Amino acid sequence: MLHRESGFYKTDYKSDMGLYRLPISRFAAFGMLVLFFAVAPLVLSEYHLTLLSLVAIAVVGALGLNILLGYTGQLSIGHAAFMSVGAYTAANLANNFDLPFLITLPAGGLMAAAVGVMVGVPSLRIKGVYLAIATLAAQFIIEWIINHSPSISGGVQASIEVDRPTLLGVKLDQPAELYYFLLIVAVIAIIATQNLIRSRIGRAFIAIRDQDIAAEIIGISVFKYKLYAFAISSFYAGVTGVLYTYYLGIASYEQFQLGVSIDYLAMIIIGGLGSVLGSVLGAFFVTLLPIGIRLAMEEIGTRFVEHDVLAQVISQLRQILFGVLIIVFLIVEPDGLNRLWINIRNYFRVWPFSY
Amino acid sequence: MLDAGAAKSSDTILTVANVAKSFGGVQAVNDVSLEVPRGSIYSIIGPNGAGKTSLVNMISGFYKADRGSIKLDGTELIGRRPSKIAELGVARTFQNIALFRGLTVLDNLMLGRHVRMKSGVLSCFAFWGPAQREEVEHRKRAEEIIDFLRITDLRRLNTGELAYGLQKRVELGRALALDPTLLLLDEPMAGMNQEEKEDMVRYVLDVNAEFGTTIVLIEHDMGVVMDISDYIAVLDQGVKIADGTPDRVKEDPAVIRAYLGASHLQDKV
Repeated sequence: MLHRESGFYKTDYKSDMGLYRLPISRFAAFGMLVLFFAVAPLVLSEYHLTLLSLVAIAVVGALGLNILLGYTGQLSIGHAAFMSVGAYTAANLANNFDLPFLITLPAGGLMAAAVGVMVGVPSLRIKGVYLAIATLAAQFIIEWIINHSPSISGGVQASIEVDRPTLLGVKLDQPAELYYFLLIVAVIAIIATQNLIRSRIGRAFIAIRDQDIAAEIIGISVFKYKLYAFAISSFYAGVTGVLYTYYLGIASYEQFQLGVSIDYLAMIIIGGLGSVLGSVLGAFFVTLLPIGIRLAMEEIGTRFVEHDVLAQVISQLRQILFGVLIIVFLIVEPDGLNRLWINIRNYFRVWPFSY
Repeated sequence: MLDAGAAKSSDTILTVANVAKSFGGVQAVNDVSLEVPRGSIYSIIGPNGAGKTSLVNMISGFYKADRGSIKLDGTELIGRRPSKIAELGVARTFQNIALFRGLTVLDNLMLGRHVRMKSGVLSCFAFWGPAQREEVEHRKRAEEIIDFLRITDLRRLNTGELAYGLQKRVELGRALALDPTLLLLDEPMAGMNQEEKEDMVRYVLDVNAEFGTTIVLIEHDMGVVMDISDYIAVLDQGVKIADGTPDRVKEDPAVIRAYLGASHLQDKV
């Protein structure tokens, strides 16, 4: 059988460490690539492609936060602030020095990583709720600095307009072109994260999450690896910020306020802490939920409320549902959508037998 | 066991000199000195609260000694971070198991290899190439230890799912994966049944004999300690009251007093 371990014997360690250890998972991964690269742009409208583009951006940010919170166990409520660091870095570089995205993208990430390390330093001393407060402070401090430094934020309403990215002389200003650009970055981020997690550094992160004392005793410098986690997570956040900037055509601090940090926390809690697939599922879920709510409310909403307050209700409903969903997932399925998927998979792995 | 002790090389791997540690008003360890010969099994015994675990915690860098010196092959350990001490080849297990419960047995052992691996951030992101080669190379050593401890069938299980005795064994494996020159075992047999204890004793002896690892052992089971130790140090209320070969320690009046109480000694005398 294609989908069971039995019958597939690994004869060397290299193949045993593969990302996809069963043929079916390799097929599934390939199928997903075909679906998103070839099928989606053909069948979906421009509007739906822009939605998928937003999901692709969210995937990168959610992966970054999951590396920090899900894998290393360090809570951050300042993720959106790191995104804004990346966004403004790229916007300034692109506008003032006319640099292409191949440079501004990593530069935004690196600048965010540098800021992330600074914010991460307290994590060596404080844990849990106290670290959450420290990162919350970082969220407001970074926001304030950007907002009050004209040299960074460009003055008027602290927003900078940015041209669409160009690749080989082609300006990516069609939704489909932008979609491909964002999708490729998201795929690279997914694979890089999977690689990181199965290697030496990813294991060290998980060790710190599970037992920081034992981690130090077996030779993992908790000091160094916590800062690594903050740097890598912030790098992802910075890249996310750059992607938002190119996608929206504008860098604005309003795109990166506290609510966005909470959205990303919701993504990885709903999707699944400490899981790459969970980050992706969570990014889909949280990005598309508001759209789903709006569609549903436009269908049935007028039966409950007046038409002219509907828009208000929809935006409030989104916040309420997020709150409820986070609580429900924390209680019922703390491992999130990823665990639901694993349960389904385990069921079918032995199907039609019960075990 | 005396013969075995004499046959091993006689130089000292670990020298603890006049070490002291107090917590608030409590003097946990007071002016303790030990010399652990290379390749020996060196047991530290004593009643509860004698300062055994505190002493081991100072050796592994988890506590910082107030005074004194701890030298591994002439290198001062006091003041170094635990991770640096691990890099020098000191591994340990914990009294209450400290495995990484979210990871498989194999990953726990690979974490033991962490200090022997060198891949940086970029090669880990790329994985294919240098990082993969390094993983494969160190996986071999991890698998040797899995074979050695006969836990091949548990490789892919999360350590949180294992029975207590097996968790203790995996923790020993994780320490061994570091290829330590000095192995600190804090009550490796606590809470085990007779069979599990015998298994563990065999593994401790095998590690000592096969890898030549020096072992510092804290254990309450006197039968085990007297049987397998080359040397024993006895602590009581933070002070070393006796040391030497098992036969000498067994006869020491101070030891008998600490363990059995003064009145018993008087009856006996």
